[in-house]
Amino acid sequence: MEEVKPQLIKITFDGIEVEVEPGTTIMQAARKIAEADESQGHLVPPAMCYYKPLPTSGGKCRACLVRVAAGSAKDPRPMPKLVPSCITQVQEGMIVENTTNPAVLDTRKSIVEFLLINHPLDCPVCDQAGECHLQDFSFEHGSVKTRYEEDRRTFDKIDIGPFVQLHMTRCILCYRCVYTADQITDKRVHGVMNRGDASEISTYIEKAIDNDFSGNVIDVCPVGALTDKTYRFKSRVWFSKPEDAHCDCDKCSGKVTLWYRGDEVIRVTARKNMWGEVNEFICNKCRFERKKTSDWVIEGPTKVKRSSVISANKYRKDLIAKPDFALKLAATQFKPIDDEREYTTDSETIRHQSIENNDKANHRSLLTDNRN
Amino acid sequence: MARKILTEHINVPGIETFEVYRKQGGYAAVEKAIKTMSSEEVVEEAKKSGIRGRGGAGFPMGMKWGFLAKPEGVPRYLVCNADESEPGTFKDHHLMKSIPHLLIEGMIVSSYALGANKSFIYVRGELMYVIRILEKAIEEAKANGFLGKNILGSGYDLELVVQPGGGAYICGEETALLESLEGKRGNPRNKPPFPAVKGLYQSPTVVNNVESIANMPWVINNGGDAYAAIGIGRSTGTKLISASGHIQKPGVYEIELGLSVDEFLNSDEYCGGIRKGHYLKALVAGGSSVPILPAHLITKTAAGEDRLMSYESLSDGGFATGTMLGSGGFIVFDETACIVRNTWNFSRFYHHESCGQCSPCREGTGWMEKVLHRIEHGHGSLHDIDLLVDVAKKIEGNTICPLGDAAAWPIASAIRHFREEFEWHINSPKEATQPGAVFMGAVLA
Amino acid sequence: MTETPNPVAFTPERLAKVKEVIARYPEGRQKSALLPVLHIAQEQWGWVSSEVMDHVAEILSIEPVEVYEVASFYTMYHLDPVGKHVIEYCRTGPCCLMGGEEIYDYLKQKLGIQAGQTTADGLFTIKEVECLAACGWGPVFQIREQFYMNLTRERVDEIIEELSK
Ligand SMILES: Cc1cc2nc3c(=O)[nH]c(=O)nc-3n(C[C@H](O)[C@H](O)[C@H](O)COP(=O)(O)O)c2cc1C
Ligand code: SF4
Ligand code: SF4
Ligand code: FES
Ligand code: FES
Repeated sequence: MEEVKPQLIKITFDGIEVEVEPGTTIMQAARKIAEADESQGHLVPPAMCYYKPLPTSGGKCRACLVRVAAGSAKDPRPMPKLVPSCITQVQEGMIVENTTNPAVLDTRKSIVEFLLINHPLDCPVCDQAGECHLQDFSFEHGSVKTRYEEDRRTFDKIDIGPFVQLHMTRCILCYRCVYTADQITDKRVHGVMNRGDASEISTYIEKAIDNDFSGNVIDVCPVGALTDKTYRFKSRVWFSKPEDAHCDCDKCSGKVTLWYRGDEVIRVTARKNMWGEVNEFICNKCRFERKKTSDWVIEGPTKVKRSSVISANKYRKDLIAKPDFALKLAATQFKPIDDEREYTTDSETIRHQSIENNDKANHRSLLTDNRN
Repeated sequence: MARKILTEHINVPGIETFEVYRKQGGYAAVEKAIKTMSSEEVVEEAKKSGIRGRGGAGFPMGMKWGFLAKPEGVPRYLVCNADESEPGTFKDHHLMKSIPHLLIEGMIVSSYALGANKSFIYVRGELMYVIRILEKAIEEAKANGFLGKNILGSGYDLELVVQPGGGAYICGEETALLESLEGKRGNPRNKPPFPAVKGLYQSPTVVNNVESIANMPWVINNGGDAYAAIGIGRSTGTKLISASGHIQKPGVYEIELGLSVDEFLNSDEYCGGIRKGHYLKALVAGGSSVPILPAHLITKTAAGEDRLMSYESLSDGGFATGTMLGSGGFIVFDETACIVRNTWNFSRFYHHESCGQCSPCREGTGWMEKVLHRIEHGHGSLHDIDLLVDVAKKIEGNTICPLGDAAAWPIASAIRHFREEFEWHINSPKEATQPGAVFMGAVLA
Repeated sequence: MTETPNPVAFTPERLAKVKEVIARYPEGRQKSALLPVLHIAQEQWGWVSSEVMDHVAEILSIEPVEVYEVASFYTMYHLDPVGKHVIEYCRTGPCCLMGGEEIYDYLKQKLGIQAGQTTADGLFTIKEVECLAACGWGPVFQIREQFYMNLTRERVDEIIEELSK
């Protein structure tokens, strides 16, 4: 029997034509371009919330907004607003502008700013530094100065168990960890509480997130909001050496990356593809308990992008010459990246405190202490 | 006397009961529609009426009904949006508590038109007493054969469910409302898919405002053409206006679209003019989300024409010199009102009501509120004004749902028309923060 | 202030109401009953504790976290104990134009508490809320299902006196 191939759809993305299957999103079409030609990687819109292996993710952070200059061959009118490329499906003859459109880049800059105004910028003490998508995103698309003079938001600390550390102040509310718990684990015990900018990832009443696949939330988290407790402060990512390895596991594929410092396995993660996504989630036993080389069959060094801080082993001088890497260095080496911002630290800047407090009382619906 | 479609019988004693409502001609539209018309014919009348959605966006109702997908074997839903939480808007509250059967009758004919067998009225939870009134009306209608199985022997079944909200303005946004109705957080959905294709429980759904639906009995009884003959141009029919603020007679008024703003504001039949001894400073014509207008652009457009209470006339001049009819929340400010304080108050509202899903709105609304709070309390700097304009612009159009726009517009328009007042707060913080102090610059000049 | 007993149980009448509410929705869509059932719970206990939420989750066959997420999203649910009468005071613009701020100050001063606080006798809690869809009849506050509109100082005195009895 002859195989019926689906009619391919042709779109133009930043001037490059690409053919994809119907139902493909603009983001996937752009990734296809880059997968065929690595030098076009910079064309791909950044994704802070979208995560392909997690259906229903995306559409929230707005980092990936692009302009559709022509909706389709049939209806070539431009779309009135920028659209999220991660969830917008392509149409035959669609013309999309990303890096070629100043309005898109300008908007993206403001998304960086929005995501950073309440971010603690504590990269120096953050385990995610060096492999943080928010760092990458802000270096590639943001501006150095912030115009935000107000206090940053804070949250009460909660303990979510022995394996995963939650730093809510770093969270960008991408919802990935929620979808992971919904889709990968058998029972979700954490979620998003409250609303607006008081939204927080929480278990509500303190309880341990405990099931065989819960550790995967660490890998999907784009920032350092969810990190591996067994790895806390053990090293900086650029001092460690990744090796692909596998084991015979009855719960998961057993395919992992081992992170070595010297001879010691200091961390185990799932393997990430070139978009930073995990396709094969791993179980907690592999992640948290198999920390001896003898637990594993080593396959060889993990392939990492040459420009990554990981392959550089540390920040290389020749890379520092590039402007964004100078910034990247500044951020990761114990200095907040917005060092240059104009601080007004006098009492003036904290005067909105009263309204803040007032609002908190309402936001969290009256009396918060009861929860502790 | 002006034409009344919704409020003609609203003052009849006992109109909240089935008997009295029925005596005034109530439920005739159900009889007419179910006994003599096909559902397509009802949709056709809605199209002919030209009625536009009364919830704020003003989308033609008949057209929306026409878009409803009708796949075989999948239920379709009608959901009435009675979340009414837009500051300055209280018409649906008034209508539902005073004449509940009008909405019930509208729900029956509209559900029949769409082929829905289970329809919902989502009422904001704060109006629990209104929910009880509606539930009682539903019981009465059921007892009289207008609801339930085999309505009037036609074979058509309909069940009406009144659903309470839990306290969230965002659930007025139609997809957030559907999420909420599914028992979830009120997070708006990305569109497409639109509710007409995938709505409640992933089934095709129409969401309409209370007032939109309450017009349908009249449309059925008198015909779409008769409805279209009322009003002006593409603003057909009548509109409930919630009038509040510094006027003689705050309240809910039914007007024929096309009435002049001047007459609405100043005649004794409606607002009765500004409070004694005061004069008009500014107006928000369509609920807190629409741009605020200064006195000189209220009764006349920038081109000097009379400004009318219609979708087109109020938006004449675009955002530069116009505004929008929105949900019909008519908020009047006299010279004692502080625009900066009010803008801060509104920005606090949007900050408080943002669902928090998308970054521009979640972060931007809080930022704008804090900056406005600073300015209002005498701690602003001049570049804060430009900052606000810029942040508002960065939110607008870039969010999942229109709440982001709704948060941006009032701020952008207040600065556009009252920049001097903002500057006064910044340059003269001592004077500006005196209790009751208001900017008089524009008046003196 | 009502303590939630352990184990938590609805009164028979309320349980019947809960069952009736659940039956309104299509098969398998019982989660739709969450908001109304939380209202019924709050009616019974005055607030919704985590024990009550766990109980609601069980009744609706959903995970407890789904209830926490929802209850904390909406402002009407009191997640902590409150006074006998929760005064939900509208602080939004149109009410302020009608003198809402002045009456609010008077109310707070009269009760000697701020937003989010409860009087020492446990009778009143003040909670600030946004527009209650009664702007033309402002200033407005709400206590449970009852709206108090066109507030003046005298009216506030009367209401507080009445409810203190
Ligand atoms: C933030 C927000 C709040 C809204 N609130 C309401 C509301 O309270 N009532 C309403 O009918 N429509 C409201 N809408 C509009 C609805 O999304 C929807 O357009 C409307 O219910 C459709 O009904 P209509 O076509 O009959 O107007 C709101 C929209 C937004 C973005
Ligand atoms: S904790 Fe991480 S994964 Fe979860 S929502 Fe926040 S940023 Fe996203
Ligand atoms: S615009 Fe605001 S309210 Fe709307 S989805 Fe985004 S965060 Fe939620
Ligand atoms: S990646 Fe598309 S909106 Fe977040
Ligand atoms: S502003 Fe108070 S009820 Fe609307």
